[in-house]
Amino acid sequence: MITVTGARKNYGSFAALDDVSLDIPSGSLTALLGPSGSGKSTLLRSIAGLESLDGGTVHIAGEDVTTVTPQKRDIGFVFQHYAAFKHMTVRENVAFGLKIRKRPKPEIEKKVNELLEIVGLGGFQSRYPAQLSGGQRQRMALARALAVDPRVLLLDEPFGALDAKVRTDLRTWLRRLHDEVHVTTVLVTHDQEEALDVADRIAVMNQGRIEQVGTPEELYDRPSNTFVMSFLGTVSKLNGQLVRPHDIRLGRQPELALAQHEGTAETLGITRATVERVVHLGFEVRVELRNEATGEPFSAQVTRGDAHALGLAAGETVYARATRAPQLDAVPVT
Amino acid sequence: MATLWLSLIVLLPLAALAAHSLSDGFGGFWNAVTAPAALATLRVTVGVSIVVAAINAVMGTIVAWVLVRDEFPGKKVVNALIDLPFALPTIVASIVLLSLYGPQSPIGLQLNATQPGLVIALAFVTLPFVVRAVQPVLIEVDREVEEAAASLGANNFTIFRTVVLPVLAPAILGGTGLAFARAIGEYGSIVLIGGNIPYQTQVASQYIQQQIEIDRPVNAAAVSVVLLLIAFVALFVLRWVASRGLRRQENDR
Amino acid sequence: MNVSLPVKISLRTIALGYLFVLLLVPIGVILYRTFENGIGAFAESISTPAAISALNLSLLIVAIVVPVNVVFGIVVALALVRGRFPGRRLLQAVVDLPFAVSPIVVGVALIMLWGANGWFGAVESLGFKVIFGLPGMVIATIFVTLPFVVREVEPVLYEIGEEQEQAAATLGADTWQTFWRITLPAIRWGLTYGVVLTVARALGEFGAVIMVSSGFPGVSQTLTLLVHARYIDDHNTFGAYSAATLLMAIAVIVLLLMTLLDRKRSTEE
Repeated sequence: MITVTGARKNYGSFAALDDVSLDIPSGSLTALLGPSGSGKSTLLRSIAGLESLDGGTVHIAGEDVTTVTPQKRDIGFVFQHYAAFKHMTVRENVAFGLKIRKRPKPEIEKKVNELLEIVGLGGFQSRYPAQLSGGQRQRMALARALAVDPRVLLLDEPFGALDAKVRTDLRTWLRRLHDEVHVTTVLVTHDQEEALDVADRIAVMNQGRIEQVGTPEELYDRPSNTFVMSFLGTVSKLNGQLVRPHDIRLGRQPELALAQHEGTAETLGITRATVERVVHLGFEVRVELRNEATGEPFSAQVTRGDAHALGLAAGETVYARATRAPQLDAVPVT
Repeated sequence: MATLWLSLIVLLPLAALAAHSLSDGFGGFWNAVTAPAALATLRVTVGVSIVVAAINAVMGTIVAWVLVRDEFPGKKVVNALIDLPFALPTIVASIVLLSLYGPQSPIGLQLNATQPGLVIALAFVTLPFVVRAVQPVLIEVDREVEEAAASLGANNFTIFRTVVLPVLAPAILGGTGLAFARAIGEYGSIVLIGGNIPYQTQVASQYIQQQIEIDRPVNAAAVSVVLLLIAFVALFVLRWVASRGLRRQENDR
Repeated sequence: MNVSLPVKISLRTIALGYLFVLLLVPIGVILYRTFENGIGAFAESISTPAAISALNLSLLIVAIVVPVNVVFGIVVALALVRGRFPGRRLLQAVVDLPFAVSPIVVGVALIMLWGANGWFGAVESLGFKVIFGLPGMVIATIFVTLPFVVREVEPVLYEIGEEQEQAAATLGADTWQTFWRITLPAIRWGLTYGVVLTVARALGEFGAVIMVSSGFPGVSQTLTLLVHARYIDDHNTFGAYSAATLLMAIAVIVLLLMTLLDRKRSTEE
């Protein structure tokens, strides 16, 4: 549905987008994930036409829109700080795009009421944005963007300005909305949990480039480089390798660090470590350890059951082994 | 488009003015400006304006203080009144003051055709400048810093001098600069009460007008240019001093 | 700091006393003088043919100056806030220039430009009088009122940011629609405040206008010129007082509007 090819954007000598190419399938919910300055907002805004590219093209539904104004791209855009039309009521805000397109009044009225029901703001027609909470304003902004039946919905850190609880509620709600409405959606976020929770596909960006694109599972289990692995989920460094903390097996004897059925055939680097702290995080337990050989600290995550079985306490010696270490062959952008 | 409009309305006339002032060459310019009457009027103008600026700096701050930190019935009305000199035509100010301090004065105080009369008229029209410059800054002052100073043993005068005044200084200076620039160019409010006595109460604007009337446009243009330069220099210097103070405060954060 | 009561009272007294003596007493005196012979005398004095034509001329100038300043003021404010070009600081300084220029100097500068020996003096030969004509008075008034709309609209434009306008663009609105439906409503209170200041200044302009006007009663005399002429030329002190009172009444109305609008502006944030 959306194809970006070789996009380049420079601000002076700073390269916000450095030869970015991306395909976004129709009907999917894709997240652009990355730290500040990675270029994700710039990419989104380029797709919208709010930024112009210095090089490369943007195609939407097969049409080359690289030089087309935002007005004519048939998109919906939701801003981080809502961009509500403060002097208009909720009804007038949502109706805006339809009024511009000169739709007949009864049609506008019907559509606005429908949408407000869908976003849970039924009855708020005559209120002003200043009278709404942050979450309500953002839902109004969504209704406004959807009112014109855009072929693409673009959201720029839509939950960034909201409280934590509202943020999690709204993102679940957004996912459900997408499942009902099926508009091709692109979401920019720096919150990896949000991306994993909501998106069908994630494009991880860093310093103006795309590091990896894939499903949440692919990116988590098979990250292509250390950046992606570190950014998505937690990591521990064991013997110079990056592993997921829950992929570290602990045992009181070196052999017991092996799973029962593995036998002694392959010892994937068993490390002797000292327990520094055992943190009970509810359903899982984090064990903070120090590698006795190198002095490096690292963490392992074990289930409550295993923690009980091992009965670990600070100061004790254990043996740690990584049961799985992804092959990180791609060199990340430094 | 904006540049075109601004150039046409603002810059072009001023350029024509500057050009005309030099139409008798630099010598002509110099002679026009150093003529005894011209020098005298500049002296009177700048002198009176400095006095007025100083009065404003002090009284304007006091008025702003009372409006921000004090409460009394009718404060809102008083606050609105501060803008009256802005809204009032200058000629009206002149005649209003004349009715009190002129030949028909009910209290027998005749100040027309005197320098004090000039000072009063100029103080009238420049009242809002310092007050309105200081008010918003005073509102923003961090009370906690004052409280910290008090907890450390400083008395009110010390707190004001060391904590509050430095914060207000840029605003006071800025407002005073504006008041000064306004005062040196003022015409309407002093035209009736000033008396236009050369060497004594004739201000620069009156001198310039006179020169036009006796068909000496080069003199008028030259003195005009000098007046402009004085205004610019004053504004520039005061703004520079003010921003230095601001920068120092900002770096402290 | 908690000021002690005696200090507080003295400061209050000094401040209010200063304001009282400087502002209120003179105004009180003139009001007394204007109305001491009854309202009838006042009404008569401000309804002479010369007075009526002066009022009309003043209002005519305002009617021309305000729309011009609104249009160009918004253009300049947009350029200063949304524009990206070198020399913006300089432009800002140029906008503030009229504040630093004496009204008499404005008049002289305009004479140097449009007068018979001025750069554009040739215009006179086209039968089009600028100096000593209405155009000159209008141009002079535009000069001195130029900063007001710009300075009031600028901070508002800055405050509201570009996001609402960008949202309108994504929803299909073109440049004009975005300006008319989104930008203009957002700046309306700042704009109105600027207009009020412009009207007040335009009605009250004296120094610049007296230089570029021939000052003939009933023809090229504004209200302010009328006050001056009555006192200086006619020695009609009472007439000058009553005309001044009329202008003062207008000024008070302006002041009221300013206060009301100021409250509107701050509550809208």
